[in-house]
Amino acid sequence: MTTTRTDVDYGGEATGTPAGAWTQLWQRLRRKKLAMIGLVIIVIIYTFGIGANWLAPYSFTEQDLLRGLEGPTSDHWLGTDRLGRDMLSRAIYSARTTVIITALVIVTGGLIIGPTLGLIAGYRGGRTDGVIGRVGDVFISLPGLPMLILINASLSPRVVEATKWLEANSFLSGLVENGVPSYFTVFGALSLFFWVGSMRIIRAQVLQIRERDFVTASVAMGATTSHIIYRHLLPNVSFLLILGASTALGSVAGSELLLTWFGVGVQPPVPSFGVMIFEAGSVRTFSAHPHLLIVPSMFVVALLYAFALFGDALNDAVRGR
Amino acid sequence: MAGYIIRRLLWLPVILGIVSFATFSIARFGPGDPVSIAAGQLRDPDVLERVRAERGLDGTVVEQYLRWLVGDLYPGGSGSGAIRGDFGESFIQQGFSVNELIRSKMAISAQLGFLTLVTVFSVGIPLGLLAARFNGTWIDPFVIASLLFLTSVPVLVIIPPALWLFASQLDILPVGGWGGEGLDGIFDIWWIGGVVAVPIPDPHIYLPLFVLSIGGFAGVARLVRITALEVLSEDYVRTAHAKGLKETTVAFRHVLPNALLPVITVIGFALVGILEGAFFTETLLGIPGIGRFAFQAVQSRDYDVILAITVILSTAFVLANLVVEIAYTWIDPRVRLGEAINA
Repeated sequence: MTTTRTDVDYGGEATGTPAGAWTQLWQRLRRKKLAMIGLVIIVIIYTFGIGANWLAPYSFTEQDLLRGLEGPTSDHWLGTDRLGRDMLSRAIYSARTTVIITALVIVTGGLIIGPTLGLIAGYRGGRTDGVIGRVGDVFISLPGLPMLILINASLSPRVVEATKWLEANSFLSGLVENGVPSYFTVFGALSLFFWVGSMRIIRAQVLQIRERDFVTASVAMGATTSHIIYRHLLPNVSFLLILGASTALGSVAGSELLLTWFGVGVQPPVPSFGVMIFEAGSVRTFSAHPHLLIVPSMFVVALLYAFALFGDALNDAVRGR
Repeated sequence: MAGYIIRRLLWLPVILGIVSFATFSIARFGPGDPVSIAAGQLRDPDVLERVRAERGLDGTVVEQYLRWLVGDLYPGGSGSGAIRGDFGESFIQQGFSVNELIRSKMAISAQLGFLTLVTVFSVGIPLGLLAARFNGTWIDPFVIASLLFLTSVPVLVIIPPALWLFASQLDILPVGGWGGEGLDGIFDIWWIGGVVAVPIPDPHIYLPLFVLSIGGFAGVARLVRITALEVLSEDYVRTAHAKGLKETTVAFRHVLPNALLPVITVIGFALVGILEGAFFTETLLGIPGIGRFAFQAVQSRDYDVILAITVILSTAFVLANLVVEIAYTWIDPRVRLGEAINA
């Protein structure tokens, strides 16, 4: 109802997913050089993030106070920050934060909640469709960033309290220390907003697919609703799932950066690109120690650009170009 | 059409009700009891209780919300309430009403936002047409890839180097801030002989305008490119060529008007992007607009200000989208309302 044109144009007609279509899609993608460069960058940064514990040369809190604010040296390839912490290691651990947040938000909002609701709304229609659609309308009408900031600012102390209580009353420990509460608030707040897009895309597609003969035939043979949804509808919208997820990834990563910079996202000492950029963000700091800003910016811009290039090419490939 | 617009307008208060109630409860649920903050060192429970009642902050969240919403129409409330545009008194900057605090800042942000919107469209559209015109050559992917790169650089990343370069090294632009009150912020008026007024852009405007616009070009240009390519393959364009019309006539009379239609639909989205960018741009460049004010309000947990800003922005956002949708149907009669862009 509201204007929800994302960067992606999903086209009017059904984008079916016949057998062997994945291979075809991959072959179309492989011809696009920029998309492949983007994919390689994404894979590299995500590998850094996932393997942070093994790949980072130092810990993200390890200080060498005598060697603070150094430029690149053989000990510290990307230099050190104000407290003598290794910039490369901090960037790698920040990538870990980005990986955790994006993966959580995309999997829950973009791949589970949104598509499930979209499948149900599209297939059931009527009142179910109406209710899901209206709820989506409410979320899409909100100015996302101020809401996210407000939610995180007021809820994160409560989540920290709750986590501390959990630590005190169970065998779990080290949760607060490892930043679990702030991951949780950022992820929770972002997922609230990132399911609507994929819900709408899937719903629109399902509306067309459910009129096809194979669905009618299935209904006539007495198939259950869940069988039809998971065996007939889901495979036919799987391309759109991937497309939706890949375009959302960049904006999730970007939002996390903004929230953290604002001070309501991932909290220090847990490293994240938002914190690193915030600490380096004044002109005086930049003119004296440019590497403090350049190192995190390099990673962030590379990642966001890679997502943009890959998403753009994937969009073309899904639509057969 | 009238029925649809009325349905949408009826839906508006429902959305705003939900949004404001959610925001209100979240704000009340957050840390920092506004009354004890306002009390400062004073910790006399009786006094706190009295202030709480005076401010309409006793009772359940629903009661408090109703007082905030309708003011003195609800028992225990004061003022005329948010529904009549009174957002109460700030708890942090005591003695100032939220309205007073917000109004002048809103004006500055609106001016900056409007200029950014104009810049985004007046640069994005030609670039999109350029890419479509050179479809199949290296220019097309080059333009799009370059614009995508600009979109991928967050404002947080670009502002410090930009300031360093333009303000500190080259010393051609001011470090930040805003020119003056009202339109003075955008234009300086030069009087020639005390008779002729020449508006020239205030130097404060360049940096925020640049930083805010570069992220928006790609969205507009890509949309224009796609629609232009679709229009170029339409029958009526081929017919126009076949009749022997000049290339420029075809371009400006047949292709351009039709290719530009869908651009209207992204205005809503562009506005959101600009708004979000403004939070950071205004904060980093010291522009006394609503974004910087919201940042300060979040930092000092001035919930009444945050609440007011969220409600005002939601209203503006929902209305803007409605206007865009109606405008789109009006311009392109093929589109039926309610199905306009919903795919």
